[in-house]
Amino acid sequence: MSVDTTTLIPLPVVLPLLGAGLTLMLSHRPQAQRLVTISILTSVVAIASILVVEADRNGPQVLWIGGWASPLGIALVADRLSALMLLVSAVVTLLVLLYSLGQRMTDDQKEAPVSIYHPTFLVLVAGVSNAFLAGDLFNLFVSFEMLLFASYVLLTLGGTEARIRAGTIYVVVNMLSSSLFLIALAAVYAATGSLNFAQLAVRLDEVPDGTRLMLQLLLLTTFAIKAAIFPLSFWLPDSYPTAPAPVTAVFAGLLTKVGVYAILRVQVLLFPDSPLSGLLMWAALLTMVIGILGAVAQSDIKRMLSFTLVSHIGYMVFGIGLATQAGTSGAIFYVAHHITIQTALFLVVGLIEHRAGSTGLMRMGGLARLSPLLAVLFFVPAMNLAGIPPMSGFIGKVGLLQAGLAVGTPLSYALVAAGVVTSLLTLYAVAKTWGLAFWRTPEQAHEMMRALPGLEDDLDDSHHQHGFVIHRQHVHVGGTAFGTQELAEARRVVDEDQPDRDLHQRLEDGSLPARLPLGMVLPTAALIAFSLALTVVAGPLYGYTDRAAHDLQERTPYISSVLGDDR
Amino acid sequence: MNANLTLILTASFLCGTGVYLILERSLTRVLVGLLMLGNGVNLLFMVASGPAGEPPIIGSAHAEDMSDPLPQALVLTAIVIALGTTAFLLAMAHRSWQLNGHDDVQDDVEDAAIRLLAQADEASDSHDLSQELTTDDPGEDTFEEEGATT
Repeated sequence: MSVDTTTLIPLPVVLPLLGAGLTLMLSHRPQAQRLVTISILTSVVAIASILVVEADRNGPQVLWIGGWASPLGIALVADRLSALMLLVSAVVTLLVLLYSLGQRMTDDQKEAPVSIYHPTFLVLVAGVSNAFLAGDLFNLFVSFEMLLFASYVLLTLGGTEARIRAGTIYVVVNMLSSSLFLIALAAVYAATGSLNFAQLAVRLDEVPDGTRLMLQLLLLTTFAIKAAIFPLSFWLPDSYPTAPAPVTAVFAGLLTKVGVYAILRVQVLLFPDSPLSGLLMWAALLTMVIGILGAVAQSDIKRMLSFTLVSHIGYMVFGIGLATQAGTSGAIFYVAHHITIQTALFLVVGLIEHRAGSTGLMRMGGLARLSPLLAVLFFVPAMNLAGIPPMSGFIGKVGLLQAGLAVGTPLSYALVAAGVVTSLLTLYAVAKTWGLAFWRTPEQAHEMMRALPGLEDDLDDSHHQHGFVIHRQHVHVGGTAFGTQELAEARRVVDEDQPDRDLHQRLEDGSLPARLPLGMVLPTAALIAFSLALTVVAGPLYGYTDRAAHDLQERTPYISSVLGDDR
Repeated sequence: MNANLTLILTASFLCGTGVYLILERSLTRVLVGLLMLGNGVNLLFMVASGPAGEPPIIGSAHAEDMSDPLPQALVLTAIVIALGTTAFLLAMAHRSWQLNGHDDVQDDVEDAAIRLLAQADEASDSHDLSQELTTDDPGEDTFEEEGATT
């Protein structure tokens, strides 16, 4: 190729940042804002595709910003892993943006001021791209701050009470993890005198074992907070569900994966000799199992999905913890799969919220008949998430499980078992959602709501009525239990004076929009089609991730292309 | 490497106080805690950069006598980022005060509901739970702040 492709490397960061400034200036002209944002995100997709091809053909592409001599300046590196992450995230952000444009025209006008949405979204994209391209730890820190700052604003859009409450926890947790990251940076710099990945990879070999272990633990803790790995995942299911649907979708798809990417990069490049396999695998096991148990307990679709998000992070950490080429390859494939599928599911939840007026499982029913399109849009990614063959979720899980069996330690067998159980429980959680929200009629849901407050008086008996069981203050419908919170909700719905209404009542009122807006459906369908395309091209994609994992395990392609050959 | 003990002690004091304040409920105190922690961490960078030396300007001193400029650049970046986040958190504390009359960090509502479910599961069938769990006001004992909205 005649054009030097390394000049393209900074564009996924620079273009969105320029666009952010431009859209801020155009804040009174929404039409122009839309045009700028869409064209910038489309060109980022194109650039990322070129980088994927280049990185695959010619190895890691490196650009030293400002033309500083090799180890002095700031390097941006696009190797196979970075380029793939960049491409997937670019596609996802473009589709989410189109979706939010579709949503903006129909509802949510008050709660989300249009003028700041576009610039903030573009800063978020720039931060994510920069995190994938960063060639040194400090640049990684700066990109984390960029995307976090944008996420603070997006999460608290409109400043409603629920969003401020959830946002407070989110901001404080992330500020704390940023402080930890800074401590880690200071320690790494004191120990090695450098923050460049490639230089660190060389120099950390000479650092005493104890010091190196401390540095590794500091970095892992920081990234584990970002990636929501079990003991540090408490903040996620609380903060994500309150945001507007497209915001939750892009957070769920991308932000935690940036943490996973950072763990992967640091583990294989900087600390190849002491992988801390046991620790990571225990964390993966607990993340998977505890996350999915949380998902089963939820009675709101958004919260259920937030817990499955935490749970499935465990799969990726499992792959990284194995510290083999097959494990790394499986983890990379799973990240690509999970970004698309989790984002798609949250977009569908936005559609459900639009069509049914709520995401509470108690007050919904009959969506399959009400809107067959919506049912298909939910069903396909939900089955993909649970890992039903032949979809990409299945392929990713099989790859990881095979890698686990190949290692063959008792712990890896335990993780394989936990992976299968998690997959089954995921299926259970989404099937429960399906049964309640899509399968039964709205009348049944309403009947149950009406019956709940009346049945409080004889709570000590368990008895059957209308196909559900009351037992010990829990209302059991199939395998689902509802408790006191739901009883209060039911009382609000039944009470004539309250404005709270369930789906059946709102259908009677005719207060719900009858159709799904095309602007929201098309991007969602496109994203689901993209996730299915991952299944179709799974063979070549797995080949690509294998090569990426091979490069990562070798380390020399990255180091020699950043530092230059020893001449 | 010779480290400066005064810097380390000051940094550890700031970090310790910061952590203590972060454990508070009020967002303003949490913010002060985060700021102290941040300042402590910034001092750590000064420790990492080694002993102080001449200004790192070419021609003004010998290269060996100069102090390392890179950690100072990093700290400068960190300070700028902390400034922005502080402004944002202050705005959030103010908004929280506007909405609720206080700026306390609040519990997760849904978590509390599930905790109540778990409590109900622990008692035996014959035990009368309706005395302990008030159904119309979930989390009466877990959200003391809700009473303070005026």
